[in-house]
Amino acid sequence: MKILVPIKRVVDYNVKVRPKADESGVDLNNVKMAINPFCEIAVEEAVRLKEAGVAEEITAITVGESSAQEQLRTALALGADKAILIETEYEPQPLGISKALKSIVERDNPDLILMGKQAIDGDNNQTGQMLAALLGYPQATFASELKISDGKAEVTREVDGGLQTISINLPAIVTSDLRLNEPRYASLPNIMKAKQKPLESLNAEELGIDLNPRISTVKVSPPPEREAGIIVESIDELVDKLKNEAKVIT
Amino acid sequence: MTALVISEHDNSELKGATLNTISAALQLDEEIHVLVAGSNCNTVAESAAKANGVSKVLYVDSPEYENFLAENISLLIKNLSGDYSSILAPATTNGKNYMPRVAAFLDVAQISDISSVESNDTFQRPIYAGNCIATVTSSDDVKVITVRTTAFDPVPSDSGSAEIVKLEEINDAGISQFIKDELAESDRPELTSADVIISGGRGMQNGENFNLLEGIADKLGAAIGASRAAVDSGFVPNDYQVGQTGKIVAPNLYIAVGISGAIQHLAGMKDSKVIVAINKDEDAPIFQVADYGLVADLFTALPEMESKI
Repeated sequence: MKILVPIKRVVDYNVKVRPKADESGVDLNNVKMAINPFCEIAVEEAVRLKEAGVAEEITAITVGESSAQEQLRTALALGADKAILIETEYEPQPLGISKALKSIVERDNPDLILMGKQAIDGDNNQTGQMLAALLGYPQATFASELKISDGKAEVTREVDGGLQTISINLPAIVTSDLRLNEPRYASLPNIMKAKQKPLESLNAEELGIDLNPRISTVKVSPPPEREAGIIVESIDELVDKLKNEAKVIT
Repeated sequence: MTALVISEHDNSELKGATLNTISAALQLDEEIHVLVAGSNCNTVAESAAKANGVSKVLYVDSPEYENFLAENISLLIKNLSGDYSSILAPATTNGKNYMPRVAAFLDVAQISDISSVESNDTFQRPIYAGNCIATVTSSDDVKVITVRTTAFDPVPSDSGSAEIVKLEEINDAGISQFIKDELAESDRPELTSADVIISGGRGMQNGENFNLLEGIADKLGAAIGASRAAVDSGFVPNDYQVGQTGKIVAPNLYIAVGISGAIQHLAGMKDSKVIVAINKDEDAPIFQVADYGLVADLFTALPEMESKI
């Protein structure tokens, strides 16, 4: 079985992101970049499937600027066998990314596409579902458990009321939630080895993929601030404030 | 111009999130149609017809929609999409699951998780876990939107009288099968619609200590939530999680107990009307968003609070 793992380069999750002073966008000067945490979980799951003998080959792929090679190397260090970069000058949006991924799926025919449920920059939570629609594949989003057998994937999904288990025919798209696994750390020898693994570079425009943005950002502003509250000294004072000042309990 | 709102329900009850979504749709379009797709869900269609501002309920009743599998529901919505200028669903796990499929079928972008409608093509939405608010404009003819329900007041659901139109639309993609649901059974209100929520974090130390929250929740009619740290530590199931990757809530009163206040958690609850924080670490970031903070050991504070409310 071949697995394709689309990943994204994003601001590291430990960075507190702020809008630029002129509100024209997010201030990304000198911030640390990393592989999106949900994508890292997807890579880990693919590697575990390979270790379990279910998968033979893992390809990591990203759509973006050439600096995203760093994150592809991270995926290779974690255990992916090869990588594909689809380069574009646009800041790609989910629909365009899905179209680019579709062209590679049709070329390479992976049996399973494992990816993060959302990227922590745009918080869109769209690309996996869009790719599934464009390919006519089934999808299992928010996966917390994945079992492969007999040409099907049985997936437990984290839904609003608890858990849901579905079975989907392969080829399919599975998007990872937080509790699917805990990703490993790449070892130094594996980081060194990753530098020798093949990385194919393609150009989105040459592939004829429409990455034109459909959504434009007018401005990016800070969220409304909450007014500072007070520290109460005791439960008695707290209960009194809730009853008589905030009037939220009786 | 007409908007199509996709209802959230469990085949017997219309979920409140639908009413918030109708409220957002009314800021976009004059006429609102609501789709009720499910199996044996005629009571849901009747409830939807009573929601204010709705002129027509499209009612589709067929077994393949019973479990809201994205493959089937998205085909149905695509087939119905013809005359609508906007299609909206609540940003629940269902809405997040099927709506991007619909958008891709229609070759349009989706605008996820909108928190405000600025005009008929411009919206606000949180990005970077709520650390920034983006104002975005969509150039697509049809707007496919998921709605952050806590940002919109629900429309009343008692005086509408929409026409119910039953449609025979069978769309079984045949590529996915439902196996089972393991849904939490609880007498408490649902997190996303509760007036009062009391949540525990890592400071609770284990699952058993969540019992300390129960007595207070009983007295206040509250739902019980948790931080990601508490869920990841296995104290409580995932559906308790409040935060950017869990549930987004905005109750009248939110009580955070033993929760430090990671950005991830704040993004899911900082629109609550009144926030109370109980934590023994006076430097915990949760105190920066709390209206009332109490620096105390939760194991003494909670029993005392239970006895005094």
